[in-house]
Amino acid sequence: MTDKGLSRRRFTQSLGIVLASFALAPRAAFGQAPGALPFSLRNNRKLEGWIRLEPDETVTVFTGKAELGQGILTALAQIAAEELDVEFDKIRMVSADTSRGPDEQYTFGSQSVEQGGSAIGAASAQARGILLAAAARRFGARPEDLQIKLGIIAAPDGKRATFWEVASADPDLLRGDITAAAPKKPSEYSIVGKSINRIDLPGKLTGAPSYVQDMRLPGMVFARVVRPPRYGAKLISLDEAAVRALPGVIAVVRDGNFLAVAAKREEQAISARNALASAAHWSDDAVSLPDITNLRGELQKLRAETIVVGTSGQPEPVPGRVKRVSAEYARSYLSHASIGPSCAVAWLKDDRMTVWSHTQGAFPLRGDLAKVLGMPNAQVDVIHMPGAGCYGHNGADDVALDAALVARAVAGAPVKLQWMRDDEFAWAPFGPGMAMRVEAELASDGKIVDWSYDVWSNSHAMRPGQAGGVNLLAAWDLSTPFVKSPPPHIPQPFGDGDRNAVPSYELPRKEIRNHLLLDAPVRNGSFRTLGAHGNIFAIESFMDELADVAGIDPLSFRLAHLRDPRARVVLQAAADKAGWTPGKKGDGRNGRGLAYCRYKSIGMYAAVVVDVEVDRETGVIKVPRVVMAADIGLVVNPDGAKNQLEGGIVQAVSLTLKEQVAFDRREITSRDWSGYPILAFPEVPSVEVILMDRSDPSLGAGEGSLPPTSAALANAFAHATGRRLRELPMTPERVKASFS
Amino acid sequence: MSYLIKVNGEPHLVEATPDTPLLYVLRNDLGLNGPKFGCGLGQCGACAAIVGGKLARTCSIALRDVGEDQVTTLEGLGTVEKPHPLQRSFIDEQAAQCGYCSNGMIMAAKVLLDRNPNPSEEEIKNALEDQLCRCGVHNRVVRAVRRAAEALAR
Repeated sequence: MTDKGLSRRRFTQSLGIVLASFALAPRAAFGQAPGALPFSLRNNRKLEGWIRLEPDETVTVFTGKAELGQGILTALAQIAAEELDVEFDKIRMVSADTSRGPDEQYTFGSQSVEQGGSAIGAASAQARGILLAAAARRFGARPEDLQIKLGIIAAPDGKRATFWEVASADPDLLRGDITAAAPKKPSEYSIVGKSINRIDLPGKLTGAPSYVQDMRLPGMVFARVVRPPRYGAKLISLDEAAVRALPGVIAVVRDGNFLAVAAKREEQAISARNALASAAHWSDDAVSLPDITNLRGELQKLRAETIVVGTSGQPEPVPGRVKRVSAEYARSYLSHASIGPSCAVAWLKDDRMTVWSHTQGAFPLRGDLAKVLGMPNAQVDVIHMPGAGCYGHNGADDVALDAALVARAVAGAPVKLQWMRDDEFAWAPFGPGMAMRVEAELASDGKIVDWSYDVWSNSHAMRPGQAGGVNLLAAWDLSTPFVKSPPPHIPQPFGDGDRNAVPSYELPRKEIRNHLLLDAPVRNGSFRTLGAHGNIFAIESFMDELADVAGIDPLSFRLAHLRDPRARVVLQAAADKAGWTPGKKGDGRNGRGLAYCRYKSIGMYAAVVVDVEVDRETGVIKVPRVVMAADIGLVVNPDGAKNQLEGGIVQAVSLTLKEQVAFDRREITSRDWSGYPILAFPEVPSVEVILMDRSDPSLGAGEGSLPPTSAALANAFAHATGRRLRELPMTPERVKASFS
Repeated sequence: MSYLIKVNGEPHLVEATPDTPLLYVLRNDLGLNGPKFGCGLGQCGACAAIVGGKLARTCSIALRDVGEDQVTTLEGLGTVEKPHPLQRSFIDEQAAQCGYCSNGMIMAAKVLLDRNPNPSEEEIKNALEDQLCRCGVHNRVVRAVRRAAEALAR
């Protein structure tokens, strides 16, 4: 719902255009293999489903991708303006809305430019071609003799018409299937490649209504939930009467273990929530949670399905005279820690449920909501509205169901339900804890001749819309509960807990095993980069450990195992920018570390150099400076991409030094910001990002800066102190323990 | 009960119980969007506004305690058409990702610049220490505050 002015009626009346097929060679700039129809077009072929010319001389562009704070709507608008040849300011974006616009599934995996951008590029290029051909007929000219500039088509004899004039002559002009596109060459770009300011920020920075939290509908009421004290606890009894008598309370919703309250005013809903929590008696049932002080061992004890996800050269014997080295690593459970707790607005009106949500997947969420509500998909709509930043699957989807369940109980009134801080910290899905083990053999020339790798973690992919169940929190608590979907099998190179478990290095022999844990004691989900964060932390830490054993500088050691020229370029660029000095020793307090990662093995390239200062008395690690070189292919918006890469670096420093979801053996104990501290202003490093200038397909910039930053920080600590921390986070306690 | 409060230069009569946190009055009775609910615990700063010239966590101030103090929210600084120099500089530096914490950043920076028109980077970081940002735009925020300080000095 980005364009507040575009009513549904106007939408249906707007000029559809389109055209017959233009058989043109597709292009690859935003990530599509030549000849293939862009992913997002495969199930959304209609041109009018992507682009409409409006009577007010604007262009509405529909996308199934959602603005999560990553600036995607701006980048997609740039692509549309570029390929259509209209002014950037003419583009109006409509984002992720099941009532209109394409189904592009989820906004995840750094794929929005690659998938959504290539689709919008193809649709825009096709629309431009259709308009050009129609103008040629109108002018009695040949298309190749016409010129297009800023939405105006001009003939050599001086005749001219705007896109909107051309389209208005034929309402069916821009209707029909998208068949192929004749996009521009990157050398012809004038809008793509520019650092255009985000279209949504002026509103967000001045208090214009921008977020789902800012929605106000007529007669809207406020709701809150009361969740059990711990996983597994069951509601035994509830004294509802006292809560119903509180000022403003409209409804108390109780269904199995699901509890919520609605009130006229927001503060009344919060007071009623507190009263409801006191009035509820829960069973002592609990799920036995892992011992957080021995996370690696605890994860390795859980039931697992083991899959070999990468192998090469296995029957070949390892050459003689080798050194064997092995190490084990772990990463804590991580919270999204969104600054604003998840929120949704739901409205049941005339047998239709409409839910406004900051979900990453409006269409998949719609499907799961419809199942739980017992309604056909066609009677449920999910419309994306921005929320606070999420870094994957936070509470957005869950709160959408919570709000819909309350909306059913308050006949006809729209319901705004926002989680409280403890709901978000205790109940939103976490990035799962991970255990990693690496073993390698080094030949006398310092080359790795064998590599063996194991990773243990729960699935990082438990979103709504997955087969075999419903992945929404309240659905599991209802008196007639729904089951959780089983963990999916996501093959390499995307992977799940095994994302980036297969190293990008040249290794003559390797075997990589993913131990997908089947018991899930702590709620698991998708956090930025899935398993790549833990795997690259382990692999890149271990590369430094091997380099040390081999007596080779970490940069040279990596280069000796990398053939891909783009990988070598980013490593060298980061090292040069940072002033990498081969062989320089840490002094016990100050050190510098390096790491490399090609995200998802097929995505962006990144090399990072991190400097640290270690206070040996307090155990505090300071990070004064981080330098990154990144190759993300064609860059649509350089400043936007840098903002994403910088943010990922800062977030990774926070994860590495501070973050872990805390629990005892029965319940989550980190329920506010004092229990889950994140990096604060005085602790934030200076960050320099260098972007490689490439015209290859865009590779996605949303995530790839995190994993190598964590690893480089661990390597910098080892370089400074000679001690290695193999468990994240690298807290002062662990730092001090490493010196004892 | 009725309370007369002064927000962004205008008097408003609101009906709410004395212990209602100012945040909900600003958002729901006055229809303002700047102050955001983040934690309700005074830990994150998303709900910040300026009350009586001081930076305040509106989630943790009761309506009864506002009294005669002038309340200034993000909306009281500027608009899309006429942004305050701080809002202008946040746009120029693209100093936001999700933007949910930006209200608190801008309000805290406003109080800082009112007190110290020419803060160093370190002074800015210290002034914003209790304002949490999860997207990692801290360095851009610091640059935006410096830029606004320079613009205001001209």
